[in-house]
Amino acid sequence: MGLLPYILDTVLVATQALATTSSPENLSIFDPVSPVSTTIRDLFMLVFGVTGIIFVITEGALVWSMIRFRAKGDETSEPPQIYGSNPIELAWTVVPILIVFILFLVTTRTIFSLDVEEPPEGALRVKATGHQWWWEFQYEDLDITTAGELHIPVGVPVFVELRSFDVIHSFWVPRLSGKIDAIPNRENHLWFETDEVGTWYGQCAEFCGTQHAKMLIRVISEEQEDFDAWVKNQQLDAAEVPAALSGKEVFLSLACVNCHNVDGVMLQGGFAPNLTHLMSRDTIASGAAENTPENLRKWLRDPNSIKDGCLMPNMMLTEEQIELLVGYLTTLK
Amino acid sequence: MTDKPFIPLSSKLHSWVTTADHKKLGVMYILTGIVFLVVAGCEALMMRWQLAVPLNDVLAPETFNAFFTMHGTTMVFLVGMPILLGAANYFVPLMIGARDMAFPRLNAFGFWLFFFGAILLYFSFLGGQGLTGEEGAPEVGWFAYAPLTSTTFSPGSATDYWVIALFVSSMGSIMTAINLVTTILTMRCEGMTLMKMPIYAWMMLVDAFLILVALPPLAAIQIMLLLDRQFGAHFFDAQAGADPLVWQHLFWFFGHPEVYILILPGFAFISEVTPVFSRKVLFGYPLMVVATVSIGFIALGVWAHHMFATGLSPTILAYFSGATFLIGVPTGMKIFNWIATLWGGHIRFETPMLFAVGFISMFVLGGLTGIMLAVVPMDWQLSDTYFVVGHFHFVLFGGLIFAIFSGFYYWFPKVTGKLLNETIGKWQFWFIFVGFVLTFGPMHMSGFEGMPRRIYTYMPNRGLDVYNMISSIGAAIQVVGFLLFVFNIVVSLRKGEPAGDDPWDAWTLEWSTTSPPPPWNYAQLPSVASRRPLWDIKHPDDPDWEYE
Repeated sequence: MGLLPYILDTVLVATQALATTSSPENLSIFDPVSPVSTTIRDLFMLVFGVTGIIFVITEGALVWSMIRFRAKGDETSEPPQIYGSNPIELAWTVVPILIVFILFLVTTRTIFSLDVEEPPEGALRVKATGHQWWWEFQYEDLDITTAGELHIPVGVPVFVELRSFDVIHSFWVPRLSGKIDAIPNRENHLWFETDEVGTWYGQCAEFCGTQHAKMLIRVISEEQEDFDAWVKNQQLDAAEVPAALSGKEVFLSLACVNCHNVDGVMLQGGFAPNLTHLMSRDTIASGAAENTPENLRKWLRDPNSIKDGCLMPNMMLTEEQIELLVGYLTTLK
Repeated sequence: MTDKPFIPLSSKLHSWVTTADHKKLGVMYILTGIVFLVVAGCEALMMRWQLAVPLNDVLAPETFNAFFTMHGTTMVFLVGMPILLGAANYFVPLMIGARDMAFPRLNAFGFWLFFFGAILLYFSFLGGQGLTGEEGAPEVGWFAYAPLTSTTFSPGSATDYWVIALFVSSMGSIMTAINLVTTILTMRCEGMTLMKMPIYAWMMLVDAFLILVALPPLAAIQIMLLLDRQFGAHFFDAQAGADPLVWQHLFWFFGHPEVYILILPGFAFISEVTPVFSRKVLFGYPLMVVATVSIGFIALGVWAHHMFATGLSPTILAYFSGATFLIGVPTGMKIFNWIATLWGGHIRFETPMLFAVGFISMFVLGGLTGIMLAVVPMDWQLSDTYFVVGHFHFVLFGGLIFAIFSGFYYWFPKVTGKLLNETIGKWQFWFIFVGFVLTFGPMHMSGFEGMPRRIYTYMPNRGLDVYNMISSIGAAIQVVGFLLFVFNIVVSLRKGEPAGDDPWDAWTLEWSTTSPPPPWNYAQLPSVASRRPLWDIKHPDDPDWEYE
């Protein structure tokens, strides 16, 4: 019986290998791309080794004694009664103490080595604010506000200051770093850095209400020049396209502007994602759907159809209004 | 056929409702616990159905969130606590040779507080809507972090039902703990010094002390939260400037000892069952006592390991990490002592023993993943993921629930006078064991793959599908095991073999009286000379007291 977990473990490791290679969105903590997550992965391997040995010894002794000392039918007397043994009991008190002491030292060293109170020299500072149920990213030094997708340059340490707008959230992108909570009235931070160009997935890791499940995060790391181009575009005010003017009027005439900001047009919201450069994002609804005109229509028709229980109300728009709005939104590049 | 006096149902019911008898109260606790085990199990099944495939829509997000809140709260407060306290109620007096608990009426009061607290919690499904028409049952998770519990984010009355239910039932638990401590310290029979108590009584003594220290803070924060919600106080109201971490510190100061409050009685069951079915005395009784007492103390100093990702300072993190590692030491001693008890025995694998060794093997795994979580940087990755869900189900299901089944099969004959059916018992064990490993093993993997806990659905193409599907299939397999369990109880109560006084050839005092024990347990109070009084009687030429 003790064997069963071993077998299952083997199967699970095999399926894990399969799953990792076949899934396009890899969030495995065993595939780090940042010094922080790599340090944690390496520590993992050490701890796995230690606990693995303890596991084999303990379960081995258990299974062995279950097989070896199974009652045989012909025994009439009770086995010898052994009340205890001081040397043996001392051994399995002292040895575990030594093991956990070593683990404690390694852990403490790693805690202190990963702790960064101030942004490192030349770091990109980002303020990440958790809202029910989306992440707002503000680059205060660059005067950029965006949502859901965090753009970073490769080879530069990123120092993320975590805030919360409402309840407790937790920022977690496994391949970049561990998670840290965003707590109202508190300031937390974490950092990471990657040399690889790519998209790194994550999501909120602290239960924060109805749509906790669809509070996704994408971190997009780019070459410095691509990042600079992205920054330059984000710093612009919203695009004015004459053809979309009637759509803009619909946007301004409805309650949209009470929550959503559009730089250069209306800045009285802030409760919901900034839409100035909506079309520069791959997803809408905090990663719950691809950013396509079709999904925008679906979202405007009824946000609950994509994200049940989300805080954007169903505005009961007519199909005509939806067309005009989507026409306007798709110009916000 | 013997003539039984006719007793009308109403007076039978009356005798149960008005009873202050420790055995009847114990049975009522355990029955209530089993009913809620079924309820919480159904909630879990619905969640596994929802999570079987990505982007499933069997449950609405609100329903899913209410189900995991109710599942966690129910399992801890309405399944774990009543079954363990019920067993203690029943067996502590029997095992220490007493006629009842020290305060029988307080005992009954404690039970009814628990019982009505439980009703109140489940009433939220009906009454939770309140006047605002919001919610049906609480959706805040069993640890109910502020400020999600404030009226801004959780309107309606459901959270208030949760608060009051926990307050009321925790009061019941505190009373039972006072009762247990008093009973164990003052009502032991002649000759039973503390160090000659059955190990079960020792573990329940430490357990009761832990309840006395840990549950009052829980009761206090429930009142604080109620004041926040009903009277606009600002203990946890972040919008008014409160620090939400205060709730977490206070809650986990209760919440972590609570884990040990739940598992110590599990340890106690295993420490009684393993020796009897190995036919050997418990190895290293004094060390087991030392380990239990140290667990009791250390358990009070590890709470912030639930908060490693909240941005505590490195020094604090290091301390709580160290304390958490340290608690692995006495826990390890227990596991090694159990294995040493098996070593050299003549092990009989009847159902209680199957569950006992199942417990040891699964608890080792749960303990080792606990060590991993104590490594703070690993916790930054694994905290609030399915790895944690897997970890604590190995501890509380593979551990506690297996221990409860072990104890149930072991003591059912004593309580009812009937043996449970062995064949069904073994089938039940295998279904639950295989189902359990399949359900909770893959959760460690989905945690590694980045799946947070408490999400009602997950994205496809993240490599999570296969693990979740295996988990859900495992849950279905477990259902068969649980049905067999209920079936076994029903069948054995009606047609089970008579148990006799001492069906397992055991050694503690409860097996010296009849099955079921008579009112007031012992016509003449027993007197003991060792930890295994029945061994001394059965082996007069080689009694225990010569060696203790």
